[in-house]
Amino acid sequence: MAQPFPFSALVGQDEMRRAIIIAAVDPQVGGVLVFGDRGTGKSTAVRALAALLPDMEVVDGCRYGCDPGDQARLCSECRERQMQGVLPTRRARVPVVDLPLGASEDRVVGALDLERALSRGEKAFEPGLLARAHRGFLYVDEVNLLEDHLVDLLIDVAASGENVVERDGLSVRHPARFVLVGSGNPEEGELRPQLLDRFGLCVEVKTATDLATRIEVVRRRDSYERDPTAFVASWAEADATLRQAILDGRSRLKGLEVGDAVMEQAARLCLSLGTDGVRAELALMRASRAWAAFTGADAVTEEHLKQVAPPVLRHRLRRNVLDDAGSTTRVERAMAEMFGA
Amino acid sequence: MSEAAPDPALDPWTTAALVALLLAIDPHSLGGASLRGPAGPVRDAWLGLLRACIPPQAPMRRLPIGVSEGRLLGGLDLAATLRAGRPIGERGVLAEADGGVVVAAMAERILTTTAACLSAALDTGTVTTARDGIASVNPARIGVVALDEGIADDERPPVALLDRMAFLLDFTELTRVGDDPDYGLDDVTDARALLPRVTLGEEALSALVGTAVVLGVDSLRASLMAMRVAKTAAALNGRSEVAKEDAALAARLVFGPRATRLPPPHDQPPEEQPEEPPPPEEPPPPTDESDQPSDEQEEQEPPQNLEDLVLEAAKASIPPGLLEQLRAGKPPQQSRGSGKAGAMQKKGARGRPTGIRKGAPQPGARLNLVETLRAAAPWQRLRRAEQPDDNASRVHVRSDDFHVTRFRPRTETTTIFAVDASGSAAASRLAEAKGAVELLLADCYVRRDQVAVIGFRGTTAEILLPPTRSLVRAKRALAGLPGGGGTPIATGLGVAMALADQVRRRGQTPTIVMLTDGRANVGRDGSGGRAKAQAEAMEAAKQMRLAGLASLLVDISPRPAPQGQELAGAMGARYVALPYADATLLSQAVKVVTAETGGRNG
Repeated sequence: MAQPFPFSALVGQDEMRRAIIIAAVDPQVGGVLVFGDRGTGKSTAVRALAALLPDMEVVDGCRYGCDPGDQARLCSECRERQMQGVLPTRRARVPVVDLPLGASEDRVVGALDLERALSRGEKAFEPGLLARAHRGFLYVDEVNLLEDHLVDLLIDVAASGENVVERDGLSVRHPARFVLVGSGNPEEGELRPQLLDRFGLCVEVKTATDLATRIEVVRRRDSYERDPTAFVASWAEADATLRQAILDGRSRLKGLEVGDAVMEQAARLCLSLGTDGVRAELALMRASRAWAAFTGADAVTEEHLKQVAPPVLRHRLRRNVLDDAGSTTRVERAMAEMFGA
Repeated sequence: MSEAAPDPALDPWTTAALVALLLAIDPHSLGGASLRGPAGPVRDAWLGLLRACIPPQAPMRRLPIGVSEGRLLGGLDLAATLRAGRPIGERGVLAEADGGVVVAAMAERILTTTAACLSAALDTGTVTTARDGIASVNPARIGVVALDEGIADDERPPVALLDRMAFLLDFTELTRVGDDPDYGLDDVTDARALLPRVTLGEEALSALVGTAVVLGVDSLRASLMAMRVAKTAAALNGRSEVAKEDAALAARLVFGPRATRLPPPHDQPPEEQPEEPPPPEEPPPPTDESDQPSDEQEEQEPPQNLEDLVLEAAKASIPPGLLEQLRAGKPPQQSRGSGKAGAMQKKGARGRPTGIRKGAPQPGARLNLVETLRAAAPWQRLRRAEQPDDNASRVHVRSDDFHVTRFRPRTETTTIFAVDASGSAAASRLAEAKGAVELLLADCYVRRDQVAVIGFRGTTAEILLPPTRSLVRAKRALAGLPGGGGTPIATGLGVAMALADQVRRRGQTPTIVMLTDGRANVGRDGSGGRAKAQAEAMEAAKQMRLAGLASLLVDISPRPAPQGQELAGAMGARYVALPYADATLLSQAVKVVTAETGGRNG
C-alpha cells in the first residue's frame, strides 16, 4: 500500500471529509467514528488522511516521538536527556497507525523485548502500537468487532493520554495521546457506550445514490488502479492545498473566539436534545471553531455550528426506546426547531 | 463459444468455468468468488479448473475453519525461536498465499474476525501482524474462494467478505460438470500481460454504473468489481478496450446475483437518464415498443443501446428464486444478512480469554508460548551457566516458566421473545415487547447477549428478528409488526422451541420469554376450537419443560386468568402477571430469569 488513494480525489461524503479535516485541524475535538454502509470508502478516506497531515517536530532518538515544545508531557527518557543538554529535534511524519484486528495485547501496549531478553538476558521495554500512535492517529477498522480486552485498553488510554504498562516484571509509563479513528458497519454489532464516548465526532455514511457521483467514484478508482503513481501525482497539488489549509487553520485556531451568542445556541441545542453533561457543548464549541478556522472565517458563526452539530451530537443522545427516529433525525429535528427551517 | 454474449441459455457450468478463468487472471483485484453449494464433484472440478488456470508458481492455500489468528496472520515460530535463542517470526497463511488464492472452507461459519482479516488483506494487499512480539507488514495480494455450504437463508459467509468478492456462484442446482472451457493457462498468462493496458470507455462505464443503480445494487464495491471484471474479460479475449460483450458479461456475473429490485418497465425511462452523456453512435431509442411490462417480452427483443444491453444481461442472470422474490416486491434476504454466525461461533469455540497466569496447561487453560518464553528469558544466562556443556544457543525452559491463557466457558445467552400478536391487545403488547427488546439490547451489550423475537397470530408463528445483538437490525425488523387474528399458542411455542434448539447448537444458552394471555384458540393445524387448541398448547408447554428450557411467562391479559398460570406451570416457567406492564418493568423481569440461567449454566 505504498500510495494511498489521495484524499482530495474522494467523491462526495462531505460530512465524513469535514469530520476528518476537523480532527486534523484540532485533535482536541476527539476522535472520529465513521459508521455506515459497506463500500462507501470509509477506510479509503481514513487511510488517505496520513498524506494530508503536515510534518511535526519530534525529539530525535525518542522512541515515543515526544514533542520538544511540550515540557509537561515529555517521557521519562527525554527528561533525563534534557538534564544533560538541549534535546536534538527533527521533523517527522504524523503517525497514522493501524490497529489490526487480531492484534494481541502485548503488541498494543508494549511488552518485554523478547529478543534482548532471550539473547542477552536484558530486561527492556519494547513499545507497542499505542506508543507509535502518540501524537498521531490510531485507526481501528471494524471497531465494533474489536476484542473486549483491547477495547478496555483503548478506553483507558484514550482518556488518560498515558499508557501504563505493568507486566513481565516491567513497570513503564509513557505518553500516548492519539486521536482515535474508528470505522465499522452498525449491522455487525453495537459499540460499547464507553468507547463510543471517546469519539468526538460520529459520522454516518450512506451509499451515494446519484448516478453521476457513482460514475465519478468508479472512474477515479479505475484511473488510480491503472497507474497509482500518475494518479497520485495528478492530485498532489490539490492535496498540498488542502494540507496548507489545515496548517492555516491550525494557526488561526488560537485567535478564534466562540462568541456568547453561538455558545448560547450550542447550549440550547444540547438542552433540547437532553445530552449528558457539558461535554457535548464543549465538543460543539471546539468543532465549530476548528471548522471556522479551516474555512478561514473571521468569527465562529451559527452557520459553522449548524454544519458540525450532527456529527458532534449524533452519538451523545440518550437512547429513547419510545422514539423510533434515528439519532440523525432527532438532531435534525432539534436543529430545525431552533434555527427555523 | 460466444462466452461474452448476454445469452441466457449459457449453462451454469460454462459460466462457472468462465469465472474460474477470470479469477485466475487477477485474483486479488477481483477479490474472489463465493461458491454456494454442498461439497461434491462439481465443486472439486471447479477448484481443479481454477488451480489449473492459476500459474503454477502461484500458491493456492486452503484455510481450515478454525484457523488461529496466529497462523492466519503470522506470529512467533516457536521451534525456530527455541533453537535460535531469539524470537523468529513466521509468516501466516495470508502472507504465504501472496499472489495466489486462499480457499476458505465452510465459509458460512467463518469467524467474523477471520473474515475481517481476509477483508483487510483484500483491501490493502498486505497483512499486518502485531502479535507475539512480532510486528511486520507483508504483501498478501490474495484472492479468496469462499466455500459456502450454508443451507438456510441466513447461513451465509459474512456480508463484509461477500461484498469484496466479484463473483457469487450458486452450485446448489449444478450437478453435472460440463466441458472444459476453450481457454487454458496460456490464455490466462497472455491476459495477465494485457490487463494493465486495458481501458474502459465512458459509455461502458456509465452503462455498468447505471445498471447497478437500476437493479438496486447499492454497494459501490460491486460497481468497481464489475468494472474490473469487464476489463479482465476484455483481456481474456485479447482486447485492449472493454467491448460491449465484456460489459454485459461483467453485469451478468456481478450484478445478477446482487440485484435487489427489478428495473421499471421499459417504456418509462429511468430517472437517471438525463444525467447520462449521450452515447456517440446511438441509434434512436426503440420508441415503437408497446406497453409491455412483462420481462419475458423484453428479453425477446434485442436491446439497442449499451446500457440496455448490459441491463438485460444482468437481468437474465438474476437467480430464479431471487427473481420471484423481487417480482413479488419483497426485499431479498441476502442483503440483510450480517456475519453474525461467525461472531456467535467464536464464543462457542473456546469461550473468552480471561487472562494469563502462571501454571501448567490443562483443559480450559492453554499454554501461552510467548508468556512462557518471557518468563524464561531473564534466567537464560544463569541456566546456561548451570549446564555449560549444553548447546549454548538453546533456550532453557522449565516447568516453572509455564504460563497459560485461561478461557472462561461462555455464559452467553439468547433471549427469545415469543409474542402473542393476536386480537385487540396486539398493538400495545407488541409495542411493549419491542421496547423491552431494545432496552435489553442497549443494556446487555457488555454481556454480549443476543435477542430474538417471534410473533404468533392467526394460524402461524414467524421469526421476526433472528438472534442478533444489533440495535439497528432489531429496530428495522420490529418496525412494522402486524397484529390481529387468533391465538395459536402451540405453534408459537413450537417455533420458539425450534429456535431455542438452534441457539443451543450454536453453543449458547437460550431463554424463552413468552408474552401471552394464555388463552389459545387456534390449533397447530390452523383449525379453531378452544378446547383442542388449549390441549395442544399444554402439550407443547410440557415438551418445552422436558427440553429443559429456561423460560418466563408474562401474562399480558388485562385481568389475569388461570390459563396463564396453568401454561406457565406446564412449561416450568416463572410466571409474572403484568397487566399494565411497561417496557422497563418487563426488561427487569427478563433480566432476573437470564441471570438465573447464566448462573446455572455458567
